[in-house]
Amino acid sequence: MTTQALAAPRRMADWARRAPLLPALLFMIVVTQLPFVATLVISFLQWNALDPKSRGFAGLDNYATVIVDPDLRSSVLSTIVLTVSVVLVSLVLGLGLALLLDKKFRGRGAVRTMLIAPFLVVPVAAALLWKHVLFNPEYGLFNGVLTWIWGLFGGATPPQPDWISSMPKIAIEASLVWQWTPFMMLILLAGLQSRPMDAIEAAKMDGATGWQVFRYLTLPHLRQYLELGGLLGSIYIVQNFDAVFTITSGGLGTANLPYTIYQTFFQAHDYGQASAAGVVVVIASIIIATFALRVVSSLLRNEVQS
Amino acid sequence: MTTKQAWRPWGVLAWFAGILFVLPVLWMVLTSLHSESDAATNPPSIAAKLTFQGYAEFFGATTGVSPWPPLLNSASASIGSTVLVLLLSVPAAYALSIKPVRKWSDVLFFFLSTKMLPVVAGILPIYLVAQYTGMLDNIWFLILLYTSMNLPIAVWLMRSFLAEVPKEMLEAAAIDGASLVTTLRKVVAPVAMPGIAATSLICFIFSWNELLFARVLTGVVAGTAPVFLTSFVTSQGLFLAKVCAAATVISLPVLVAGFTAQDKLVQGLSLGAVK
Repeated sequence: MTTQALAAPRRMADWARRAPLLPALLFMIVVTQLPFVATLVISFLQWNALDPKSRGFAGLDNYATVIVDPDLRSSVLSTIVLTVSVVLVSLVLGLGLALLLDKKFRGRGAVRTMLIAPFLVVPVAAALLWKHVLFNPEYGLFNGVLTWIWGLFGGATPPQPDWISSMPKIAIEASLVWQWTPFMMLILLAGLQSRPMDAIEAAKMDGATGWQVFRYLTLPHLRQYLELGGLLGSIYIVQNFDAVFTITSGGLGTANLPYTIYQTFFQAHDYGQASAAGVVVVIASIIIATFALRVVSSLLRNEVQS
Repeated sequence: MTTKQAWRPWGVLAWFAGILFVLPVLWMVLTSLHSESDAATNPPSIAAKLTFQGYAEFFGATTGVSPWPPLLNSASASIGSTVLVLLLSVPAAYALSIKPVRKWSDVLFFFLSTKMLPVVAGILPIYLVAQYTGMLDNIWFLILLYTSMNLPIAVWLMRSFLAEVPKEMLEAAAIDGASLVTTLRKVVAPVAMPGIAATSLICFIFSWNELLFARVLTGVVAGTAPVFLTSFVTSQGLFLAKVCAAATVISLPVLVAGFTAQDKLVQGLSLGAVK
């Protein structure tokens, strides 16, 4: 047989293998990659919806505006601060809770169910709950509890802070940490429960302390689960829109990139500029994702080695 | 038996943490059952009389605005996109695990990388396409977008499940001359079913929760439950009980689905890394 005669059925077989993959692949390229290419193109145009006549090529003008724009700069910083703080705090809290739930005690299933609840509240509902029901300075639960405690001790003037105005970033972060800690806990708990127990038993037999077991056996084993939680958490929190939109409407220095772009697009109708900002977001999120992952994994590696 | 019931410090700590985390949710439900004036007291009135007034308001007692269209929109967007995701992701996962194409891991990473691309970066062209094709405020457009939002997760998840199908069984089936349909039904399906369940749960939850696309691309006709929820906050008058009732009803499907399938939830959230 000639090579040509062999090549034809082989190519057929290759395509038969690829066939089930193609619909999904084409769908993703059309729906996610093409819009991004379009964003890239629009970002080089001068295009304001309210002034359609002056549409034209803008070169790097939009990028120049975007980069010197103080609002956008501060929103880059807000995005980084929000993502890093929420991911780290919920990872640490999630780890603590996972370690607790890994022990045997009465009602463990019930506690696990209670801990998952925050993650299952629809994000907009959670944001509204924190803003109006918990943080409200006049009748929110937090200040209500303060009044109640002060009342118990006969204090006449309980402190009634305006949580959102006085600490807007912490307010948003608190609500997100509340929602994401259960997520981290679930992943880390699954990691803990897949530990090789025989190695741990052996170490204990040899007189290893609880801390030593944690540091030299549990933590290295958990590393990939910590990374997974950190990565997935970052992907979702870097794009957070619901909490920022609901709790502060981007005010008080809390506007992150997704919110700022949403605003540029819907209030200013400046398509070129919004697109340039979108491209900046993509670059920023790629940097954050790779950088954050590296930091986390190298920190852990040092910890394990030292 | 006595050791099992012994008082353990970490047990107490765990219970304390659990109560702390669930408290806002319980408070939301309790507030939804109070009258507006009892919901807005300082200090809080825990023992106030219970009433379904908040729920009546949510269902349009005074405004006459029914929450059913947005709830049904959310249901069709979530269920529709989940079905579409399964139709696309299961064959794709098959071609990435059971009969893998060349460079299958590159393809897999391509899928995950689309998840890193922030939604906002593409939302303007998507909006313009919807505008020019007359698809603004159309639930089908939202279904397509939710499908693209969840497809990468689903492909990862389904691939990790299908990779567990034992190779020997596939070979044995081939030697016995089993048809593709028989192989799929007898060998692949038993392993794939839990994966399909986990994938459906995750896709449903993410679609049900979505706000940004729904807010940008829908209006009166195709508005979803999260968008509807934001309309309950008014600048005047008390609205706490009403908002809590709305938040409770809208979160209910996710709470029920998540609680009943906790292990599926973990599998799905970890993209199948946890089994």
